[in-house]
Formats: sequence, structure tokens, C-alpha cells
Amino acid sequence: MIHDRFVTGHGGRKIPIPYQPVDQVGAEERAAFFTKRSIKKESKLDALYAIISMIDLTTLEGADTPGRVRQMCAKAKFPVPSGIDHDFSKHPKARAVPSVAAVCVYPSMVPHAAKALQGTAIHIASVATAFPAGQLPLEIKLADVRAAVSYGADEIDMVINRGAFLSGDYQTVFDEIIQIKEACGDAHLKVILETGELLTYDRVQFASHLAMLAGADFIKTSTGKVTPAATLPVTLVMLNAIKDYYQSTGVRVGMKPAGGIRDSKMAIQYLCMVNEVLGPEWLTPDLFRFGASSLLNDVLKQIYKQVTGRYYYDKIFSID
Amino acid sequence: MLDKMIKKKEKNKHKDKDKKKHHDKKIVEAKKRKSHKNFQFEYSESLESTDVVKIQPKNALFINGEFVEPTEGSYFPTINPGDGEVLAEVAEASAKDVDMAVRAARKAYETTWSKISGAERGKYLFRIARMIQERAREFAVLETLDNGKPIKESRDVDIPLVAAHFFYNAGWADKLDFAFPGKKVQPLGVAAQVIPWNFPLLMAAWKIAPALAAGNCVVLKPAETTPLSALLLAEVIQQSGLPPGVVNIVTGAGATGSHLVNHPDINKVAFTGSTQVGKMIAKATAKTNKRLTLELGGKSAHIVYEDAAIDQAIEGVVNGIFFNQGHVCCAGSRLLVEESIAQVFTDKLKDRMQKIRVGNPLDKNTDIGAINSHRELEKIRDFVNGAREEGWDYFSASATEAPSRGFYHKPCFFNHVASSATVFRKEVFGPVLAISTFRTPAEAIAKANDTPYGLAAGVWSEKASKIQKTALGLKAGVIWANTYNKFDPSSPFGGYNESGWGREGGRHGLYPYLEVQ
Repeated sequence: MIHDRFVTGHGGRKIPIPYQPVDQVGAEERAAFFTKRSIKKESKLDALYAIISMIDLTTLEGADTPGRVRQMCAKAKFPVPSGIDHDFSKHPKARAVPSVAAVCVYPSMVPHAAKALQGTAIHIASVATAFPAGQLPLEIKLADVRAAVSYGADEIDMVINRGAFLSGDYQTVFDEIIQIKEACGDAHLKVILETGELLTYDRVQFASHLAMLAGADFIKTSTGKVTPAATLPVTLVMLNAIKDYYQSTGVRVGMKPAGGIRDSKMAIQYLCMVNEVLGPEWLTPDLFRFGASSLLNDVLKQIYKQVTGRYYYDKIFSID
Repeated sequence: MLDKMIKKKEKNKHKDKDKKKHHDKKIVEAKKRKSHKNFQFEYSESLESTDVVKIQPKNALFINGEFVEPTEGSYFPTINPGDGEVLAEVAEASAKDVDMAVRAARKAYETTWSKISGAERGKYLFRIARMIQERAREFAVLETLDNGKPIKESRDVDIPLVAAHFFYNAGWADKLDFAFPGKKVQPLGVAAQVIPWNFPLLMAAWKIAPALAAGNCVVLKPAETTPLSALLLAEVIQQSGLPPGVVNIVTGAGATGSHLVNHPDINKVAFTGSTQVGKMIAKATAKTNKRLTLELGGKSAHIVYEDAAIDQAIEGVVNGIFFNQGHVCCAGSRLLVEESIAQVFTDKLKDRMQKIRVGNPLDKNTDIGAINSHRELEKIRDFVNGAREEGWDYFSASATEAPSRGFYHKPCFFNHVASSATVFRKEVFGPVLAISTFRTPAEAIAKANDTPYGLAAGVWSEKASKIQKTALGLKAGVIWANTYNKFDPSSPFGGYNESGWGREGGRHGLYPYLEVQ
């Protein structure tokens, strides 16, 4: 491992950022390995239930309204309300469908989500820090975070300062994360690298370490507003960084791929990758999340199929 | 804007208090949830169906376009190494059968194959390639049953490469005049080809496709433990309408092979297998006019510099030594890692090996399948026991336990091994890696070359100039940079010294089957 870049931490302490080059061809080949895993029968059903409990059900639109957020929260609580009675719930193999891990909304929508989710264990994540571009002064980003937390968000999804990162000003990126982490208080901090703008795996690896050293509880691939969003190889590179960080510090940082994970098949590939790169210790909503919106219904559809042996009419699941 | 936000925040302070309470409560709940059990992701068995394959209980020889009973009526069993059960009986070709096969090949060469145009020869090869693709699943399952390799590999590596070799060489058939500019080329006649059990069908394709493209006829002997896929290929060849006698397949063990390479009417011998047998063949053909190519053993070095992309290098090393249970002549069985990263690297390797799934070769999630035969398994065990007795640090791990029936060996390595160690010098041909360290590029090259073999090597560094300089110093037929075990029909393959003579694949692979004037 080569240490050639430093940031200055508290009290002028010099902190080396591990720089470990990534071979693009090799990383993509390894990621493709997980698409070959064949998850069937019981293991598939278990995985599908686990996926639901790891979803951050997300709506991040300019057109979001309190009504829309309330509807999504209802779906988050009960993806399939018990009142809907069809042969699935009567099936001996059927288990109760869990709630999702969290909902993810803009700060202005947090109060509505908080109200809708009162009394549940569903977390409220909010994309603060001038999401998605992050191109606003730090004071405003901090105010954004404080507002979201004060409205009831207990998870903050921040974006890193890509302008500073790409110009080589890693100190600014680092300092911003530290200050935002302080502004979060008890709320968990997920740091979005926006890998679709960093583009090389070397940079993704480096940014992952920078974010973890600054105190990220989770590192997250994307805002979902930039293409490409989450991919298997980029997630693999981040998982490798998480593993290295764990091995050198003993701290388990979480991972959240977001954007572009639309169906159960892809989600299961991600689970296999986490399982085989980081191990089952990471297979919990506390350390692994999917940032997704359309994934949930496909997972429900596959659960119904796996339990009853037949596909259901799509309309059986509400759109949101 | 900021002021406004702050003001709003002040205004909402009282409201926020309530929310804060709610917030605290949720954090408590979240903490409670943390004590929940993690999801234990056990992969259920996912078996490839064997319904596509019909195995005949008794399998005859393929001579002159027909399946014929062995003259002496002798058969031997072939075993499924995945469960140790007998799969089928296969004919043992006697000297008389081999003679019939060589005569059929000679007749086909003189009456048809040498008379038709290159384009016509290419047509047959293209047809065979397409038929293999159409029956790919059947070939893959049969290969896995007879050889023990994971279905994942036979499906994604072996069979696609088999078709690719036929396609590639089919393209050369009508372009031989351009393969060696300014030279006149002619086929040699009848080729005797003896192939090993590690890539049964792929080795058959490596041998048959260039020989036929160059205008030769062949008699091929598959290995005695893995003859079934070659016999299915014989069926495909028969259905393709290839003139009778152009390809003959005789099954049997060492004696059959000996009859074949010693037959007086052979113009060319091509052998892939152990160095020991290769030397015997070299002696046997030394006093004849037979052309000879040998593709033999190896103890290939994998050099990892400290500036390598380590996570990918780990994958390369794992793929290099554990691919196909380590039954690969070019397996990267000697790992030379720069001393400054040796500890980190071996720790990561240990961790990675704990995720390797050893199991039923037909399970789509199996990474390491069965060792091809009980004899090979014993050989590997002897090597491992010997190395442990020599005192080298042993490590072995896998994610799953091997099935109780069948022949299995866990992936393992020996660490801090000296260049003088047996496990560092002798070919194990199993999932056994020997790890040693170096200090400088010059030392890496010297240690890599410190072997009687010279088949392949791998170099890992993010510095291209360092890779180039290292590669120039290495005495190996194939050198991979930042990858390993990549095969392509257009790329020549072969070794230095005890790893063999001649090259297979690419334009170079045509040369041993042609008289170039």
C-alpha cells in the first residue's frame, strides 16, 4: 500500500490516505463473477426478504409533495398491507413481508415523512448538503443538514465536494465531511461519492478512504441523478476499501449502492458480492442498504413467485 | 437565504423539541435493531441438469467415420470424479485397432482430404464449430461429469473456447498461402495426437482444428480418464459429413498411446501431457522422420510487485492456481511476492480462499470441483504431505466442505517457501500454491527463471515499464501482465525447456502441421 497523500486532521495531525491502485479490467472481471452465482430455492427467498429490509425507499423529485411522501411512507411500512388477501398470505411458506429500512427524501419533505412514520422503526434519511450538485457554500450545506436533522431525519445522505476533489483539494473534501458529520449529531452520515463523476476506480477507491477517515458511517455510490449510477464494479471497489479500512481500524463502515438497481436479480448479485467480499457481518440493514425506488415491487413479485410457484398479475402491488 | 433558514429554524425550535424526542426514540429503536441477527446467506444447491446428456454404457472406437468395436473386445471404465461412480465403459484400442485407424487416416488423406480445396476444408471446420455451439450445454455437462471440473468453467470457458478454436482455424484453411508469405506450404500427412485429461475437449480442439485446416488427417487418443467428450465430438464429426477417416479417435491408456506414436506410417506427433511421457515420446521419435511438438508441464511464476493493484492481483493469483482445480499446465503455481507487501498479500489471500466453494462439479456455484482421478488425488496428497514434512508453512481453507464421496482437495498454499523446496520446484498439478518473496526486479526475474520449466508467467504492477522490463527477462512461452489464464485461439501457446517444443494456437500453431518451403 502506498501512502502519498495526506490530509490534516484535528490538532494539525497528518493523516495518510491509503492509495491503492485498482486495475479496471480485473475489477470488472471480478464483479462479473458475482453475476454468475446461481441463487435458487430457499436461499433466493431468504435473500429477497433480506433485500426488502435493506431498501432505502427513495423519492427525490422537484415535484415531491407531502401527499406523495405520505404515500411512499405507507408503502415503506407495509409493502403489502395485510388486508390484501390472496392465496399468497394463506400459503404455508409465506412469511410476513418486512418494512423497508428507511425512506429517503429531500429535507423539506422530512417533517411529512416523520409524521407518517411516527412509532415505526423505519429510519428517515434525507439528502442534505445542496444535493445533488453540492455546489453551494459550506454554511448553507451545514444549515441544510441541521434543518433536516431538526425535522426528524436520523440519517443524512451528503454529497462530497466533487469540485474540490477533482481539483486535487482533498483537504476541503475532508474538512467538509468532518463538519457535516458534526452537524449531523446523532444522525448517521452516508457520504455519496457520486462515482459517475469520479469515473476512475482509482479515484473511487481514494474517495472512499477519504470519506471513511473523515467519519462516514456509510459510503454511497451515487445521487441517482448522474449516469452511470451504482454498478457492480464500482461497488466492489468501495467494498474493498471498506474491508481495508476495517482491517486497519476495526471500524465497520456501511455500503449503499444507489441508482440503477431495478430488479431482484441485480439486487441478489449485490448481496452475493457483499457476502463474499465483506462477509455476512455486513448483511444487515445497519451496514448495507439499497438506494432504490422501483426495486421494491420487483422483489415483492419474486417473493410471491418463489412462495407460490407462479407469477402474479403486476397490478396486485400498488405503484407506490 | 441562509439567514432565512436560520430564522425559520429558530421559529420552529419548540416544534423541533417534540421532533427531537421522536428522533431520540427512533435512535433507541435503531440500536435495538442492531442486535438483530445478520442475514446468513447460504447458497442453496443449484445443480445443472444432466438430462441433456445420454451416455452409452459401452463406447466404441471411431475409425473411418464409424463407431467400431475394439478387435480384442477389451473395455475399461471411466469414472465420474464428482462421486466416484463408473460413468461408462470405453473401448481399449489395441495395436491392431490403432493400425486400422492410421490406415483409415492415410487413405482419407490420399483420396480426399489432400485433394479438396482449402475453402472446402474450412467449410467442414465451420460446420463442426457451429454444431459444437448448438450442443454446447450437452458438451459442458458431459465434460463436467467425466472430468470433474465445475460446470461454471466447462460452460463458460472450455466449450466456448473449443468452438472458437474450430472457427479460428476454419478461417485459415483457405488462406495458408498468406500465413507464411513468400513460402509454399503443404500438409504433412497423418498426425498422431495424444492429449491429456485436464481440458479433454479443448485439447482435442487445439489438436484437431489446426491439423485439419492445414490439410492433415488425424488419429487422436484422448486420456483414459476423460474419453467421453472426444467421443461426442466424434458423433458431431460424423454428423457434419466430414469425409470418413479424416478424424479417427482411439481410446485407451498408455499402451494405446505408445502404439499410436510408434506407428511407422505417422508423419507428425503432437503430445500434450506430462514431461515424463513427453521425454519418452521424444526418445521414441528421435530415430524417425516424424515431426514432434510437445506441450508439457510447468511451474509457472506469478510475480507481484508492491505497486500492483493488490485486490485484482489476489484474484489473478487465485484464478492462476485454483482454476480447474489447479490441473492446468500453465498454472501460476509459484507466487513470488515483493517482500514489502508479503504479509498484507498473504493475509488477503487467506481471506479470499475462505470464500472459495469446493463442491459438486454440477453445482453452478462450485468454484473448485473434483480432482480428476483417485490417482491424481493421491499424488497431490503426497506432495502436500511431503511439503509439510519439509516444514513449510501450510494454509488451507474453503467456504464449503467437500462432498464425502468423490475426489476432492481443498485449495491450499505453502508460505515462506525457499527456492530449493520440492513444492517450489516440482509440478503438483493440483490446487497447491508455493509462496516465496523477492526484493528487487532482478531477483524476481532470476527466481522466476530458476526452474527447469518455462511455460507461462504472470507479472503484476501498475507500472507498465516495469512489466515490460520484467517480461523481457522472463524465459516463458506465455507472459500475462495484470491478468492470468487468458486463452485465445489467435494467441500462440507453448513453452521453453522442459515445458515443451513448438507452439499451438495462432499462425504459429499452423506451422507444426505444414511443410513450409
